[in-house]
Amino acid sequence: MSLDTVENAAKTPDVELPWAELGLKKDEYERVVEILGRRPTGAELAMYSVMWSEHCSYKSSKIHLRQFGEKAPQSDALLVGIGENAGVVDVGQGYAVTFKVESHNHPSYVEPYQGAATGVGGIVRDIIAMGARPVAVVDPLRFGAADHPDTKRVLPGVVAGIGGYGNCLGLPNIGGEVVFDACYQGNPLVNAGAIGVMRHEDIHLAKASGPGNKVIMYGARTGGDGIGGASILASETFDDAKPSKRPAVQVGDPFQEKLLIECTLEAFAEKLVVGIQDLGAAGISCATSELASNGSGGMRVELDDVPLRDSTLSPEEILMSESQERMCAVVEPEKVARFLEICEKWDVIATVIGEVTDGDRLEIFWHGEKIVDVDPRTVAHEGPTYERPYARPAWQDALQADDANKLPRPSTSDELKQQVLALVSSPNQASKKWITSQYDHFVQGNTVLAQPEDSGMIRIDEESGLGVAIATDGNGRYAKLDPYHGAQLALAEAYRNVATTGAKPLAISDCLNFGSPEDPDVMWQFVEAIRGLADACQILGTPVTGGNVSLYNQTGEAAIHPTPVVAVLGVIDDVARRTPVAFSEEGQLLYLLGDTREEFGGSAWSQVVHDHLGGLPPQVDLERERLLADILISASRDGMVDAAHDLSDGGLIQAVVESAMLGDKGARLIVPDGLDAFTFLFSESAGRAVVAVPRSEELRFTDMCGARGLPATRIGVVDGDAVDVQGEFALSLEELREVHEATIPALLA
Amino acid sequence: MTARIGVVTFPGSLDDRDTQRAIRLAGAEPVALWHKDKDLKQVDAVVLPGGFSYGDYLRAGAISRFSPVMESVVDQAKAGLPVLGICNGFQVLTEAHLLPGAMLGNDHLHFICRDQKLRVENTDTAWTADYTAGQEIHIPLKNMDGRYVADEHTLDMLEAEGRVAFRYVGFNPNGSLRDIAGITNEAGNVVGLMPHPEHAVEPLVGSGRTDGLPFFTSILKKLVAAS
Repeated sequence: MSLDTVENAAKTPDVELPWAELGLKKDEYERVVEILGRRPTGAELAMYSVMWSEHCSYKSSKIHLRQFGEKAPQSDALLVGIGENAGVVDVGQGYAVTFKVESHNHPSYVEPYQGAATGVGGIVRDIIAMGARPVAVVDPLRFGAADHPDTKRVLPGVVAGIGGYGNCLGLPNIGGEVVFDACYQGNPLVNAGAIGVMRHEDIHLAKASGPGNKVIMYGARTGGDGIGGASILASETFDDAKPSKRPAVQVGDPFQEKLLIECTLEAFAEKLVVGIQDLGAAGISCATSELASNGSGGMRVELDDVPLRDSTLSPEEILMSESQERMCAVVEPEKVARFLEICEKWDVIATVIGEVTDGDRLEIFWHGEKIVDVDPRTVAHEGPTYERPYARPAWQDALQADDANKLPRPSTSDELKQQVLALVSSPNQASKKWITSQYDHFVQGNTVLAQPEDSGMIRIDEESGLGVAIATDGNGRYAKLDPYHGAQLALAEAYRNVATTGAKPLAISDCLNFGSPEDPDVMWQFVEAIRGLADACQILGTPVTGGNVSLYNQTGEAAIHPTPVVAVLGVIDDVARRTPVAFSEEGQLLYLLGDTREEFGGSAWSQVVHDHLGGLPPQVDLERERLLADILISASRDGMVDAAHDLSDGGLIQAVVESAMLGDKGARLIVPDGLDAFTFLFSESAGRAVVAVPRSEELRFTDMCGARGLPATRIGVVDGDAVDVQGEFALSLEELREVHEATIPALLA
Repeated sequence: MTARIGVVTFPGSLDDRDTQRAIRLAGAEPVALWHKDKDLKQVDAVVLPGGFSYGDYLRAGAISRFSPVMESVVDQAKAGLPVLGICNGFQVLTEAHLLPGAMLGNDHLHFICRDQKLRVENTDTAWTADYTAGQEIHIPLKNMDGRYVADEHTLDMLEAEGRVAFRYVGFNPNGSLRDIAGITNEAGNVVGLMPHPEHAVEPLVGSGRTDGLPFFTSILKKLVAAS
């Protein structure tokens, strides 16, 4: 086909374009024609189709996501909010921290290694684009049933991909989750989060301003990988009848990305950059239209100047390519030479591909002919928005009525003991060491805490000991039972996990993983979850700084459990005061903080013992979460606790077993008055933690809890080499460790 | 008077900063060296840090070994300059034939990151004098290609000459022959090991131990004594 220029498009209004194949709906295509006042060129159609995809435009979610802004709590910490590459938070002492979680779900199912690897690459470029040095990554992962044969294909590839990319970049992997549930069969969730650190004055934004400034593309050459990835891969479900989409997954080159990090940071340090954007989904289409749109609007690009890996690529393909490890910087003309010199030093290819103009059009040329002439705002920000219909599912009442509290409970001590063993060895509660040992958590030399701690913690200032903590959590089972409260429980758990390590929660990022928005049941789950999160953020005082929405996680009619994953970022003045999970000293007193109720809906116990999902998730009391966090932070700062562990899935027994095994110190537990042993051990009531208190601090600690109104119940003591629930059973650490650590290798190794 | 210890940054080096910190904590002065620069800036010793130089493409260490800086490192190492290669640095040293043998992919085919128990077998090298012979230490290990191999003759020679400097204890994490974790050259100035002593120098971060610090204090004492 001959080149489809703007001029040609104006002259040939009746040419049929493959808008449907590119993922546009009929009315969307008509809207493009209306905006342009003519039919689009092939290149323009490529840009609109990819930028108006669900993945890039958030067309189904946008009207709901606004709540995060409208309900945002007052926070002095927020420096940059939603809408930029990543949010930025003030952590004091002149430091700012940027962080974000994103999904790379669909590509990771198609090609686990590269899908997961490029997920890490993409989130890290978002962090660099803000001006920050990346300091850590985290990976919340969800797979189908642990014993399903396809899990054995997907999981090892995903883990190797995350490790292969992140390890080679030199970023410690300090946290995340691994969850198995049959609902993720065919739709694994591969979410990736990253944290970066910078000084306040170094914050950079994705904005092309200043006519005459040059647009420089640097990093990898552009190839044919990932073409249409954004519009096709992320927006439709996988259907066996369709041809394989394997070639649409991008291939990562972590070495190139490492060079990109170093050369970008060097350019920032010399103040050479006016605006910057990474090339992720929708490649050059996205980067040029967003940079121009966020600036004054005008930009002229010579597409011939883009360095190519494959010289046969058409201009449309170049615009859509999602080749990895590429960035776009806007640089003042007199600084271009120095910018190119730094790229040369790092052996990074860099090319001026265009400049900022004083108009308000994005114009792209190919062989001297104009092939794109658009208002960049219509591409980047004024895509369609949908008010998808939603309604509470007809089955929701029946699901909630199927009360887990009525499931048969263990009737003898021995049965109780067997259920504890079944729990701690179940794939979701078992040790994930086989996975996490494939990630480097030492590199950069600032890792204070890493998985399996409650939150990952990184020192950011060697002198003062200032540090940041991050925890990611989500519980699709809770959210399925009640998406509003399920989303709040995800936030509450991550918030609590940050606080148990002694850090103060500041802000959140979220990755919202759901099924098809075209299904009113799923859309209801989505709307409820957002409402729940926004409301909870208001009460906890933690603004949403950004994140990502992943829809269409479903195969046929079967959607995944609604799975909002929340990352909470916290700050700690001195990492020397952090509180680890492990019991460290015999004789220390164990206190259970918070209220324990009979709450088994969505619990790990109901899943492991009864393969059951029904009833209601644990109650949410956000004021209580706040109080608990305050107490945990104070206790950590003042040296009143030596170990702390959040209570969540698996309840108290899971937490105590983990702390005991990690510290290689046993525990004697006494069932407190008013509770039966089963509820004491397995309940998943929220707003709780278990802490180990040195005897010398007991009075001070209980006084503090008493004065602030937080229930603190003495439940035992760190002692021996077994977890001994008095009057019920004792399990040696050796036996516990054996079953806890054997499960995952047996399934996957 | 302190010692100046160079740390080479190859493209893809990752633990260069950590190594500089470890050198500083030991009381010496770290000096950044650049792979394209033959000038060793008159340092008293050189560390080739861990990482994935050139992405480990082709073969770990195979490309870095041709860097301009390595010409100087090889020349001066032969003349007695103390050189420590950590992980990827060890791989570069074998590729550069400053140390015998080679590194293959881990036998289990996975990247492995763990706090590894080692036994110090040789305390006569420039980098190990602050340990006691037979001392057992924990040093973080993290690699994809850490399986040390050499022919039987070379292995026997290394053993006979006491040039196995470190051995894995309890668990061989990568299938290295004879549990070898680190070796030295005949003169004892060049040492290579897979584990990362720079990640065990502060009680608060990394492995939470300081078992790696003696690498850096050993060399500092030696250099200060010689000056």
